[in-house]
Amino acid sequence: MIPLNYKRTFWQKVHIDLPLLFALIIMMLGSLTVVYSASGQDINMMTRHATRMASAVIALLFMAQLSPNTLKRIVIPMYIVGLGMLVAVLFVGVSSKGAQRWLDVGITRFQPAEIMKIAVPMMVAWYIGQHRLPPSILNLFIGFTIVMVPTILIKEQPDLGTSILIASSGIFVLFLSGLSWRLIGFAALLMGPAGFAFWSYGMHAYQKQRVLTLFNPESDPLGAGYHIIQSKIAIGSGGIEGKGWLHGTQSQLEFLPERHTDFIFSVLSEEFGLLGVILLLSVYLFIIGRGLYIAVNAQDAFSKLLAGALTMTFFVYIFVNIGMVSGLLPVVGVPLPLISYGGTSMVTLMAGFGIIMAIATDKRMLLKS
Amino acid sequence: MLKKRSTIRDHSAEANLFARRAFVGFIFVVLLIGMLIMNIYHLQVKDYETYQTRSNDNRIKLIPVAPNRGLIYDRNGVLLAENRPVYNLEVVPEDVHDLEKSLTELAQLLEITDTQQSDFLKDIRKQRRFKSQILKARLNEQEVAVFSVNQHKFPGFSIEARLARHYPFGDTLTHALGYVAKLNKDELSELKSANQATNYRATHDIGKRGIEKFYEQQLHGTVGSQRVEVNNRGRVIRTLNMEAPTPGKDLVLTLDIGLQQIAQHALKDARGAVVVMDPKDGGILALYSNPSYDPNLFVHGISGANYKKLLNQDRPLINRTTQGSYAPASTVKPHLAILGLEEGIVTEQTQVWDPGFFQIPNVDHKWRDWKRWGHGHVDVYRAIEESCDTYYYRIAYRAGITKISNFMSQFGFGDLSGIDIHEETTAIMPTVEWKKERFKENWWPGDTISVGIGQGYWTATPIQIANALTILVNRGAHHQPHLVQVTKQDNVINQLFTEEKAPVQLQNPDNWRIALKAMHNTVAKTTGTAHKAFKGVSYDPAGKTGTAQVVSIAQGEKYDASKLNERHRDNAIYTGFAPYNDPRIVVAVVVENQGAGSSVAAPVARQLMDYYFSAYPLENTVNDTSKL
Repeated sequence: MIPLNYKRTFWQKVHIDLPLLFALIIMMLGSLTVVYSASGQDINMMTRHATRMASAVIALLFMAQLSPNTLKRIVIPMYIVGLGMLVAVLFVGVSSKGAQRWLDVGITRFQPAEIMKIAVPMMVAWYIGQHRLPPSILNLFIGFTIVMVPTILIKEQPDLGTSILIASSGIFVLFLSGLSWRLIGFAALLMGPAGFAFWSYGMHAYQKQRVLTLFNPESDPLGAGYHIIQSKIAIGSGGIEGKGWLHGTQSQLEFLPERHTDFIFSVLSEEFGLLGVILLLSVYLFIIGRGLYIAVNAQDAFSKLLAGALTMTFFVYIFVNIGMVSGLLPVVGVPLPLISYGGTSMVTLMAGFGIIMAIATDKRMLLKS
Repeated sequence: MLKKRSTIRDHSAEANLFARRAFVGFIFVVLLIGMLIMNIYHLQVKDYETYQTRSNDNRIKLIPVAPNRGLIYDRNGVLLAENRPVYNLEVVPEDVHDLEKSLTELAQLLEITDTQQSDFLKDIRKQRRFKSQILKARLNEQEVAVFSVNQHKFPGFSIEARLARHYPFGDTLTHALGYVAKLNKDELSELKSANQATNYRATHDIGKRGIEKFYEQQLHGTVGSQRVEVNNRGRVIRTLNMEAPTPGKDLVLTLDIGLQQIAQHALKDARGAVVVMDPKDGGILALYSNPSYDPNLFVHGISGANYKKLLNQDRPLINRTTQGSYAPASTVKPHLAILGLEEGIVTEQTQVWDPGFFQIPNVDHKWRDWKRWGHGHVDVYRAIEESCDTYYYRIAYRAGITKISNFMSQFGFGDLSGIDIHEETTAIMPTVEWKKERFKENWWPGDTISVGIGQGYWTATPIQIANALTILVNRGAHHQPHLVQVTKQDNVINQLFTEEKAPVQLQNPDNWRIALKAMHNTVAKTTGTAHKAFKGVSYDPAGKTGTAQVVSIAQGEKYDASKLNERHRDNAIYTGFAPYNDPRIVVAVVVENQGAGSSVAAPVARQLMDYYFSAYPLENTVNDTSKL
């Protein structure tokens, strides 16, 4: 597969996948453009956003330098430390907006859940990758447990959005490892009763309200339905060509809630219309395609599973966010990846892409073996 | 690790399995992205118009703009009701850093008490923070100046002007003009049922009395609107377009403010009423009721204490010119003389013997003349000049109440004059039926005798008395008495009250001449009751005095003003016109509880006429009466 006269280029030496980097840069430029509008042309916010982006890029470059072997060595301590912090956060975490998600470590506050976004797929990929594929029932069960423990801890904070992302990242590893279709079918059959049980015992009242609101937002236009209605109005009134940059009335006049974070897709749709939406989704699709291509060409099972799972999780972000702001899915706090203002989520995402790049440029392994 | 690695694994089979799964995953992604795009397509293309409309509904609001109320002028163009900018100190709480501190500092410049400050702080908590709130209303010029100089120290505070009604002549015109005040709930529901609620969306005040109320529709105008863009908290971001309101129509009155001031001045502290009319068209030159009050008090909401002051026993809120019911007394004798002549009860030559009283055959009661010893032989002229009662007792007795009532009704007694203000009463022109209904009693012939001298059950308002004389001097022609001459809007002048009412027709029109001549004699002859009051005037007036009993004097008792309770003293009345041969002005004066019409009311009428003829001089003073 690898030609003998294989010579590494400069980009491979610095562990950068150019097509992926190019797509990510387009996304960041787009993000700056939309956040500028969504923040109401707030220069201070722009500065903070650009700073976060810079640290996200540094995280990407850093992670890209770690070889998959190095990752394998740190995966267990990383997972255990992450798990420990998740437990800690339940007891000594800092509350914000009714949820206890933050851990205060003196200098800064951070969400341990963010670490788990990477640690969980890595841990599952490592465990499953060690064994023969497709995995045995026992290994599947262990893999599933590795996923569910942090998922439940995060859901208890409560942070439904992140727990969904983490659960799906792990489950994608299982899927990509060759989980039998029969089992998948069986799981799908179980979804009905499981969903009912989750609805009855697993969800907070506000979460149930969000789901109910989804089905009939007009029932409570000034309360729970307000976000969804205003978001749909913003998207719908954008039309094909949009109202123009900085001219979205729904966003500029603040009818749209959380316009620079979770609802930034609505701002983009309002100002750039269907054309802007298609362009955005095209770039997303390219990134996903590239990620899966890298996964397929990766050198070992761990790398394949990890790159594939990170890529698919990236898609879950996109789907949950856009589905939520356009009224297909209930409102869960998931930002639009690479576009939304702020948060550690952008750093985590870029770190994930750093890992994918590391995997893409890790050709040595095969040469050595 | 090494041990596990050594397990035999089919790497290429695993790679193929992974590649297949990754491919399935990619297809899955493509399908779901397709689904997202379909949903967005649905929102942005299929339902575009719905969402476009809803987006506009969100941000575009229609703000009503109040029209400017029409102005009111007197007949010579003097402004009687205007819209003045009032300056309010307003504050947008959102823009103030430390409201409490600013208030304390502001209180050192302007008079704002501690309680006012704390009340204001309490109030604004209920309001939206970006909405301008009135901190202090109606600043005077000095306060405006003081604040303006220091404005830079108070960001968020500003002086805002808005238009408020102002009556520069204050209490001189209250009963005619009325006033505007804050629209209340009842008026709002009335407007709603008249489909006018939209038109008043931006209006604060509405006409409550007088002309302001009667002409509310013309004065108000049509509301305009402003399309504005607002944000989610309702704050106006910018104005998109504006449809200007149509201001109300201006009114030009028939009133003369100078004459009105004379009326006020002449009545001084006395309770009473003055009506001055132009006999040519029924236009009212003066309409004054004393005591009066300042209408400006009501515009900004009258205080409880001030309102209480107006509820005294002098009853300033009553418009005596149209709501005061007085016995017309001798002022209706000219009309009754005409009735006597028309009915053939008397002729121009008939001499009636007056022994000082009148008796109905077979009845002991004596109806006394005001002159205890009697006037002797009186003809129709002397009966008016000297105001002989006995003469009219006789006419009344012979004519009977029904004829009197029917005849006097033609002159407007017992009915609304139809003047263009709503505060009016009909007073009473008694009939047999009226008494039956009112007192459940029959009409006695004796009741008719008192009516013969304008007393008894008969009452009239000053406007009715003036109107009745106007019909007389016009020899039957009847103009609608009115206060507003024309409405004006953008140079479009609309003349009001141009139609005449049904005239009073006599079988023998020469009877008009007799009554008018007798009224002229009343002033011109030395024996006339109004001679003294009009001594030396050049405009040749005519008139009739009246002295109305407020309480009946017991049989055989003598009227002694000094012994009576002030409120029970006679009302003095005078009604007259000038010049005799071509009347330009008709005056009716009532002064309550002040005694004789000749000595109290006639001098008031003279002051009014003096002023009128100095302001509107006759081209050549004609004293020649031979034409008549």
